[in-house]
Amino acid sequence: MAAILDAQGLNKSFGAVTAASDINAAIARDSVVGLIGTNGAGKTTFINMITGYLKPDTGRIYYEGRDITQLEPREVTRIGICRSFQIPQLYASLTAYENMMIGIGVVLRNAGRGGFFSRGRPSVPGYDQPAEEVAERLLERFGLAEYRDKNAQVLPGGIRKLLDIALTMVARPKILLLDEPTSGVSAEEKFDIMQMIMKAVRAEGITVLFVEHDMEVVSRFAERVLAFYDGRIIADAPPGEALNDPEVKRYVVGGELHRMDEEKARPRA
Amino acid sequence: MRADRTPRTLALILVAILAVGPIAPQWTLFLLTVALAKGLVVLGLMMLLRCGLVSFGQALYYCLGAYAAGMLGRLYEVSGVFTLMLTGMAASAVVAFVLGFLLARYRSIFFGLLSLAISMILYGLLVKTEALGSSDGFNVLPSTLFGWRPADAWVRYSVLAVAAGVAFIAALAVHRYLGTPLGRLAPAIKDNEIRVEYMGASARRAIHVKYVIAAALAGLGGALAATTVGHIDPEMAYWTTSGEFIFITILAGTGSVIAPFLGALIFGIIQTVAFDISPNTWQMVLGASLLAVIVFLPQGLWSLFKRRKAA
Repeated sequence: MAAILDAQGLNKSFGAVTAASDINAAIARDSVVGLIGTNGAGKTTFINMITGYLKPDTGRIYYEGRDITQLEPREVTRIGICRSFQIPQLYASLTAYENMMIGIGVVLRNAGRGGFFSRGRPSVPGYDQPAEEVAERLLERFGLAEYRDKNAQVLPGGIRKLLDIALTMVARPKILLLDEPTSGVSAEEKFDIMQMIMKAVRAEGITVLFVEHDMEVVSRFAERVLAFYDGRIIADAPPGEALNDPEVKRYVVGGELHRMDEEKARPRA
Repeated sequence: MRADRTPRTLALILVAILAVGPIAPQWTLFLLTVALAKGLVVLGLMMLLRCGLVSFGQALYYCLGAYAAGMLGRLYEVSGVFTLMLTGMAASAVVAFVLGFLLARYRSIFFGLLSLAISMILYGLLVKTEALGSSDGFNVLPSTLFGWRPADAWVRYSVLAVAAGVAFIAALAVHRYLGTPLGRLAPAIKDNEIRVEYMGASARRAIHVKYVIAAALAGLGGALAATTVGHIDPEMAYWTTSGEFIFITILAGTGSVIAPFLGALIFGIIQTVAFDISPNTWQMVLGASLLAVIVFLPQGLWSLFKRRKAA
């Protein structure tokens, strides 16, 4: 299958620290890829380079054959690559609905609609519906309808995560990068939330890359796994194969278990 | 969806001003015209404040607009009130467009102090420029309306009518702009610029646009003040003038495009009454008023109307 995204030889260092070392990954269109690795392994650096927040020291990133290495985050978003954040990035003083309307407004503006002289209610590109209806539809799809008029800052953690992801959907991305979509969410809610996200996102035929620490979630939802360690990709295979790779077991899965043990051992307030 | 009542309210206020003007005392016409001029500046400040930016130097553009209008009369004997206002507006907008490339990079206190520094540079230049009257400034030619100058008894009313018409159009245009996707970005920029960028918009560009619009409004207000008062001097660029505009912005609140004009009018009334009662300590009355508003109405006077609607 043709690659929609192709990272070639990406390297990134911060002083003496190597955050990415010769990263090569071709992502097939309409696939779901899980990115695993311990903290500091290079997963978020990889996402940040794709979305233009960080520029690689060397290497190129191609999206649908176009070199996007030097694009700014807003330009990357406009061409169809959107991301959510480990810590949800919302407009805290606005309601869930207003958050959606801000995002839709940007989409309208980038499409040259809804300007100072335009009349009526312009339809949102890709949805062919007015902004208000698209906002309601996306809130509904992500199970956020009941939180419509609540300020983002008072929403529970899991709901904030969903709103963060729903916001990325207003631009109708072709690739969605989810940075730890289930972090901060209880173990019981994790699968429900991932199920909801995948259902909403995959219905649009969007290619998904998600960072995840829970290997059960990865096994269940990813079609392919990229395992990171020390800025390198140490395994690139389907979940069953990747998670049984000796290096992954040693550096990633083992590392995760070790991390979880540490967390369990930590005294709770 | 709730109907937008702002255009209708603005139209009603305009009609009320035009209807009551001929029978109102002359001093109230002057007070109201100056309030409209200052309200235009505050309208721009309100747009910036919605983005979380406080300009401590908006007097720069107020003064630029006034001097551009004054110079046009002084050098070319142009007296048409609309030409003067358009010139003042354009001069401020052009300068803001250039300075905006620098200022739109800064946030919070850095934006505020940088804008203050630039306004004080203009003040310093004007004070030292003898050709422009140094610290005394100079008188502005009496303005005309398409070559026509009304009888003396009607001059103040005519200027007020023009000011009210201009303020009406400006408020309506800003209201319309705030409803566009770019205008609606203001609270988003204030809340989370990272998200704005990742939604596909440039926060810096949006701020630059708002900065130029705010400056154009300040220039318009400055030109209007110059034609109303008939005299301009460097004090118009001094930091205390900028402080006065911020004072009115906080007093008024950012809830509506009507609020800046209401705030400017109330500020003018408090200032006039306080000066009348206590000529040596009138600033104390102003300070106490602002304190009361901050404590009891942290969202400004406009929140009184919002509360009534919500009730």
